[in-house]
Amino acid sequence: MSGEAERVMVLWVPDWPVQAYLREHDSELGGEAGIEASAVPDAGAETVPDPVPHAPLALIAQHRVVACSPDARAQGVRLGLREREARMRCPELAVHPHDPEVDTRHYAPVLAAIEQTIPGVEPLRPGLCAMRARGPARYYGGEEAAAQTLIARSRELGFPNARVGVASGRFAAEQAARATADDPGVAVPSPGVRIVPSEATTAFLGPLPISRAVSTDFADTLTGLGIRTLGALSALPEDAVRQRFGAPGLAAHRRARGLGPAHAAEVRPRAPEQELTVGFAFEPPLDGADQLAFASSTHAEALIRGLIEHGLVCTELQVELTDDIGVRHERLWAHPTRFTETDVVNRVRWQAATLPRDPERGGSGIAAVRLTPARTAHAAAHEPGLWNTAPDERVHHHLSRLQSMVGHEGVGTGELLGGRFSSHRQRLVAWGTRADGRTSAQVRVRQRDGPWPGHLSGALPNTVFSEPIDAALLDPGGGIVRPDSDDLLNAEPTRLSVEGMLRAVAVHAWSSPWPVRERWWTGGTDSYRLQVLLEDGDAWLLRYETGTSTGKWIAEARYA
Amino acid sequence: MNRVEAVRTLQERISQMQPLRLGDDALPTPAQLRPLFPGGALRKGSAVQVQGSLQLSLAMLSAASASGAWCGVIGVRGLGFEAAAQLGIALERFIVIPDPGRHALSIAGTLSETLAVVLLHPPERTQPGDIERLAARLRDHGTALIALGPWPRAESRLRVTASRWSGLGQGHGMLDAHEIVVRSEDRRGPRQHTVRFQSGRLARPAVQVGAS
Repeated sequence: MSGEAERVMVLWVPDWPVQAYLREHDSELGGEAGIEASAVPDAGAETVPDPVPHAPLALIAQHRVVACSPDARAQGVRLGLREREARMRCPELAVHPHDPEVDTRHYAPVLAAIEQTIPGVEPLRPGLCAMRARGPARYYGGEEAAAQTLIARSRELGFPNARVGVASGRFAAEQAARATADDPGVAVPSPGVRIVPSEATTAFLGPLPISRAVSTDFADTLTGLGIRTLGALSALPEDAVRQRFGAPGLAAHRRARGLGPAHAAEVRPRAPEQELTVGFAFEPPLDGADQLAFASSTHAEALIRGLIEHGLVCTELQVELTDDIGVRHERLWAHPTRFTETDVVNRVRWQAATLPRDPERGGSGIAAVRLTPARTAHAAAHEPGLWNTAPDERVHHHLSRLQSMVGHEGVGTGELLGGRFSSHRQRLVAWGTRADGRTSAQVRVRQRDGPWPGHLSGALPNTVFSEPIDAALLDPGGGIVRPDSDDLLNAEPTRLSVEGMLRAVAVHAWSSPWPVRERWWTGGTDSYRLQVLLEDGDAWLLRYETGTSTGKWIAEARYA
Repeated sequence: MNRVEAVRTLQERISQMQPLRLGDDALPTPAQLRPLFPGGALRKGSAVQVQGSLQLSLAMLSAASASGAWCGVIGVRGLGFEAAAQLGIALERFIVIPDPGRHALSIAGTLSETLAVVLLHPPERTQPGDIERLAARLRDHGTALIALGPWPRAESRLRVTASRWSGLGQGHGMLDAHEIVVRSEDRRGPRQHTVRFQSGRLARPAVQVGAS
């Protein structure tokens, strides 16, 4: 169960959010933060010159300080301080909103650069990463030399006050990176490097406050019990901690004793980034979907082969077509199972075929194509089972062929949705989009099992007009029948005309109009639905829309 | 050998000699609609012409669809999927091509390789050659065709002659039961049938009114 944790090296860039913020905004201004500092390696002094030549700066989220520059800290600004309090303590403080995305974005190239020096880096959070110490120590000739190499590298990158902590276990190493030179058990062989020898781990961790190792709530509990330091926690018997606090308590206890996690690796290096995207350009630009599809086929093959090499399949593909004047057409294509070469080529063809044609400009064409697997899955999860539940391969093959004839949207299956009106309760789903009925995130599918007051029950119309057709329901005098304020018709309907389909056919029977009031709280319009049976046995579903000034009848559906 | 025994052995020999029995090429057909077909069921590779009722043609393929076959509809715009589902059609195996354009017949031919029943709204103008070609492909693949319009090679021609709804009054009620009178023309000669739908589903078996 126990066992000494392995030696871990942690690289910490203090105040990373501030650094990232300055990089983001200096690149806008054309300058480069901290470059001048890197040119002056200040070996002697422990305090490196301030690389931030700006006014005191703090980043704020939810009215609290998330990060602040050293200048600001010197004036009493602390993390977690209220914005107003921070401004009071340091009136010239520049306050900006904190953007976590900026932190991550600017950390990615730093990580890549560190990986050039020492491979196998685990990013813990922006500004902090961990790596195993054993390998670099052997390569560079000792932990100290490895740490100094890392410091030198981060100075080159423009972080002169970066710190490296080396200790047994990730937690101890992180604490070491933050430690001051006179903490017990800490060796400072050169500025910015803190090494805690493995025999000094407990001595180093012992005096640290309990809040370093556990969450705030748990720390409060422990403090309430009189356990204020990690040493006090580690002095407790392990069994007692497990019984009293369960798994989180046990984890904290192990950290406090300088032991690694019981069942996991200390450092989990991130997988090196894989480039699966395929892009290619045409000179001269290609005009015509078929030509483009033909030209893409070898690249589609390369894309799929690259995926197979990584044991992956693609279930969502982003196709990006750039035309000769640089306009980019992007579309995300989903696939019910996985993309094959032909599927990829088909998607390129369909997308090219739907591009808007500009009659003003003859000879437009596609100059570049980029195929990005937007969503991938492990190939093992997509192997057909013994009893295959996916749609018949043969059906899929033929329907895909048809789609290349009539277009992607032209072939599909019906799907039932929730809604009040007939045309809202159904839609055609193009074949070859996602099998599980989910659509791309921006379309919120109406829940079918909602109450939907006013929807039709009983016999349902088998012809639903997707675009409602104008109709006229006439009373004996030739006027338009309308629903009145009591939700009843003001006259008996006698004849029905539907534009382009019916011309004043006698009405035999009709239902009472039932009102559908949608969004009345936002001033939505009322509508009334009415079933009408004609003299010749034809039945129609009509709707009266009050939206316009006079209101009008439209034919919604028909019983054919 | 007594007489019963003789009849039985003779029947066995006859059934052995007959190359094709009726049951072999019958698709699942709702019991209520069986009298409409000359063979007692929708047959594989045959064509049926239905005029005047989309509901009837959908009902014809509902049993095949429910039993796991893939069906398709070509050239019918604005099909009510809810009504189809109400009839028992499995929408996930129901291919819809609303606008086939001028390819309608060749699409039907392509689909015949995978689908058991194709519901086709034939285009206005068709070449007799195209129809022959499609008929041959349908026969080859054993796909039944239900044509919603004139179809020269139909095994059976069905036409709705009367349609009666009940449940709706003068300003009250709801459309509920629908009864259609279907006149069939096939090798049995002209006949008249009644098909009844209750709340969008097929109701009690069609009663044969009698030859007319």
